[in-house]
Amino acid sequence: MDPAAAKMIGAGLAAIGTGAAGIGLGTLFGHFLAGALRNPSAADGQRGTLLLGFALTEALGIFALLIALLLLFAF
Amino acid sequence: MMMTIIKGSTVAAEGHGHSPIEQFEIRELVPINLFGIDASLTNSGAYMLLALGLIFSYLYFSTGGRSLVPTRLQSISEILYEFIASTVRENVGAKGMQFFPLVFTLFIFVLVLNLLGMIPIPGVTFTVTSHIAVTATLALLVISIVIFYGLYTHGIGFFGIFVPSGVPPALLPLLIPIEIISFISRPISLSVRLFANMLAGHIALKIFAGFIGLLLGGGIWALLAPLPLALTVALTALEVLVAVLQAYVFAVLTCIYLSDAVHGAH
Repeated sequence: MDPAAAKMIGAGLAAIGTGAAGIGLGTLFGHFLAGALRNPSAADGQRGTLLLGFALTEALGIFALLIALLLLFAF
Repeated sequence: MMMTIIKGSTVAAEGHGHSPIEQFEIRELVPINLFGIDASLTNSGAYMLLALGLIFSYLYFSTGGRSLVPTRLQSISEILYEFIASTVRENVGAKGMQFFPLVFTLFIFVLVLNLLGMIPIPGVTFTVTSHIAVTATLALLVISIVIFYGLYTHGIGFFGIFVPSGVPPALLPLLIPIEIISFISRPISLSVRLFANMLAGHIALKIFAGFIGLLLGGGIWALLAPLPLALTVALTALEVLVAVLQAYVFAVLTCIYLSDAVHGAH
């Protein structure tokens, strides 16, 4: 296979990982919303934890995106 | 020196719009050679000095008045102080307040560097935290403080953090290596998280901004150009959020790791 084509396919495959982070973010915000609607008074106190979870989860998707970008631009 | 700057900016201008990773190029501003070691002032170093100057002058002048009813500037400094102090208190405990200066310094340094990288100046803008050399240095600093302080306060008992409590002894040979690997991967994940977020965010911004020019030059397709423009604006807002959040995450994780060193085996 042409190495340039293999690089493109590899970058595409690596970008699938961002979808997995999307599932994680959906779970995160969905469960927060479910909990917040059940007990709205407790929701405000957990906003910091929510944002921390958002940043940690989003970072994993970024790792996958980083591999894709490295394949496209760095190698 | 001026020649270097001019040369650097023309190179950037020529390559404009070609490569999204060009913005991460390190350029020499003032060549300095210390005993055979290349210690030149680069744009990375200049940005760090700028951040240091901004932080120092802001905190110095805003808290210089020390009025009982804070002025606007002073209250921002107080909010920052309270914010980090409560984070340290929650995650490490009252004993951990001796590490407050470290966590505050790390947070504010990373925050200002992240935000400075979000100010677009053609040919100049540079995000220091998008280089793993910088973030890995900060992460190694944190993890060495954890190890040295842990050994200093708990002695050899510090290694008890690798033995999870309340686990059947038969499982220990399996769990201890896992705990050791997770400890070793801490500085890696801490540094890669910050650097990857900054790198990927700025590359994504540049790529979407590149679409605008591409569509504008494509005849009838120019009608679609506002779409990537709107997306770029939205992405910029997201990136500012990410810049603040990642600085906060760096500080919180530093606190969580320090808590191991302060409290020892649990």
